[in-house]
Amino acid sequence: MADNSFTGFRRPFSRRSMLAAGGGVAAAAVLAACGSNSGMSSGSSSSASAKANLTQWYHEYGEDGVQAAVTKYAAAYDKANVAVKWTTGDYEKAVSAALLTSAVPDVFEYANGPTADMILAGQVLDLTDVLGSAKSDFNQSIMAPRMFRDKVWAIPQTIDMQMLYYRKSVLSKAGVSAPTTFEALVDAAAKVTTKDMGGFYAGTDSGVGVLGLPFIWSAGFRSISSDGKSLDFIDPAFYSALTAYKAFRDGTGLLRNASAEWYDAAPFINGECAMQWTGLWALPKVKAALGDDFGVIAFPGFGSSGKPSVAAGAYGACVAAKGANPDAAKAFVKWLWVDQTDDQVEFSTAFGTHIPAKPALAAKASTLSSGAGADAAKLVADVGHVTDIRWTSAIGTAYSSALTNIIVAGKDPATELAAVASTAKTELAKLS
Amino acid sequence: MSAPTVDGATTTSLRATTSSSGWRRAVGGRTFWFWVFVAPFLTGLLLFVYVPIGWSAYLSVFDARNTVTPRPDQFVGFGNYLSLLTDSAFLTSLGTFTVFTLGIVPLTYACSLGLALMLQRIRVARTFFRSVFFVPTAVSYVIASMVWRMSIFNGARFGLVNSVIRALGGNPVSWLSGDTPVYWVVLVSLRLWLQVGFYMILFIAGLNRIGKDTYEAAALDGASGWRLFRHITWPQLASTSAAVVLLLVIGAFQAFDEFYNTLATIGNYPPFARPPLVYLYLISLGGGTQNLGVGSAGTLILTLVIAAFGIVQLVITRRLERSR
Repeated sequence: MADNSFTGFRRPFSRRSMLAAGGGVAAAAVLAACGSNSGMSSGSSSSASAKANLTQWYHEYGEDGVQAAVTKYAAAYDKANVAVKWTTGDYEKAVSAALLTSAVPDVFEYANGPTADMILAGQVLDLTDVLGSAKSDFNQSIMAPRMFRDKVWAIPQTIDMQMLYYRKSVLSKAGVSAPTTFEALVDAAAKVTTKDMGGFYAGTDSGVGVLGLPFIWSAGFRSISSDGKSLDFIDPAFYSALTAYKAFRDGTGLLRNASAEWYDAAPFINGECAMQWTGLWALPKVKAALGDDFGVIAFPGFGSSGKPSVAAGAYGACVAAKGANPDAAKAFVKWLWVDQTDDQVEFSTAFGTHIPAKPALAAKASTLSSGAGADAAKLVADVGHVTDIRWTSAIGTAYSSALTNIIVAGKDPATELAAVASTAKTELAKLS
Repeated sequence: MSAPTVDGATTTSLRATTSSSGWRRAVGGRTFWFWVFVAPFLTGLLLFVYVPIGWSAYLSVFDARNTVTPRPDQFVGFGNYLSLLTDSAFLTSLGTFTVFTLGIVPLTYACSLGLALMLQRIRVARTFFRSVFFVPTAVSYVIASMVWRMSIFNGARFGLVNSVIRALGGNPVSWLSGDTPVYWVVLVSLRLWLQVGFYMILFIAGLNRIGKDTYEAAALDGASGWRLFRHITWPQLASTSAAVVLLLVIGAFQAFDEFYNTLATIGNYPPFARPPLVYLYLISLGGGTQNLGVGSAGTLILTLVIAAFGIVQLVITRRLERSR
């Protein structure tokens, strides 16, 4: 599906939403469209006398067949009447605007689950009890960073991820193997660079936007400290990782411009670069173009304390607090995203390549049984990271500004990151 | 209604009819029709402009996250204003944009006035050229940004401008990477192209209002060329110029679309060339956030800055007019 439910920053943008962003959101139209849904009174949800009416919102998935599939799942549920609303345009703005009204969607997906602000404003319900013991079935590296105050607020639907694609033939011709350390990446990128083909590509901003969080993880840190009060990566080891990346950018191995941004695999497919950071969503296209002449790896670790990492994310099913039938909504979410394992596998793998949120189900998916698909599933399970729920837009904006200043403008990492730490302190205090 | 006459009889009879009942007077009166025509727009203006502005002012003193009806305990007084006014990124964005305004305003002013004057002089195909220069105004900022970013000023070696540079023997330029301030070339040329036609039309309207006899009188006194422009055209365009400059300044401070669509990548907007509205959007509405308190405070600060610019400009224009 054409979303990438994570990205380096706190929330996923779909590729479409960036194009739509300049146009703004017709929030009024969205409000009008959902105004007629009121469901049944909450008193009736426990009785068997009448079925509750629920609305379920999805963003617009890019692949054919997804809309029909989710409508089919909803129709098959016999304990409530579920109406699916397929929302085009800037989905997150539409949802957050609707949540301010009395006509909320009973069940909705949200990138990586609800934001901490949505939880603090009481807009979504705690789903810890709904999930119960099934919690351990899910990929914990997806679940844990999105828990807030030790509670679960969304059930992950399917996992998407980003990783490093490399051309096997090009690397072997240059006499290098797939890099497992940052030094090896720099070395390999320089060796494969020719007049016509660049080394490594991660966007026209040199990867500052998309690799921001992988830098932190690959240097061996977390984004937010475990007590939730400060940033974890304000450390000389991280300063030197960024300095190393700046040197990489100043050298020849990093391709700074290409025909498309990092989220489009076209530069890699066209041979503009030998290695590119892009999403799992590009896998079918890359496979069709290059056959077996490519492999996927994690972003390599920096220095001796670093370890490789990939960025992952998952749209999570949430239940609105102001819905007329919260209990019926919870029961539906549990039925669809916990119990209906066949539907979950189909949703993840029949319309493009994604990874089921429960590791046990990945084995059932033919797209993930061998080759790069299997490698991707293993990378998520072993070294996958999700944006922490406390990583707010203000922190993300300050951090990406600092990265640009360090990597592009060559400013001092310690000074720049100290400014991020001070922004984060204020932000995190509001979330504790 | 028939055309007004000064005929006594008609006036008397009209008076008789209208005073016969209050309702008829109201229906037939000017006041009634004034409200019929004005009320829909006024209602819209109040409902969709002034109520939101007032509500923003209210939200700006609360820590209003994901709510438009904050609780009393979320009251923070001027906390949001203080945090923005001590935020170096926000202050930098204001500073950068004062510089942008100082660049784009005189440039657009000079180009649109120049085009208007040239079009006044040519005798053939005047309407055609007017349309040609006006057409970019109808293009969406977003679409133009995409064309500028992906095609004309693409940083890869096959970008349009880079192809020309390479053909001339130069090295491709990374237009938008921020290594050098060449991104201003992209942004300024984009905005200039989009808006110059509109202001050209305003100047043409202003030029058409200057009477031919004024020029003839000046010509009889021996004025021509530059002296005509300096002493007749320019002073007569004073009110048009004032309006154009004010609109340009407000437009520059409200810059968003072309910046966001030219420089943002998924999840990232660089710290350079970041207008105040883009910065406010990122921290208050970016990434699924709804920090309406900070966003409202920021827009009100920006409104005050624009108003201050407007007042300063008004004072300067008045002084100049008086000194003439």
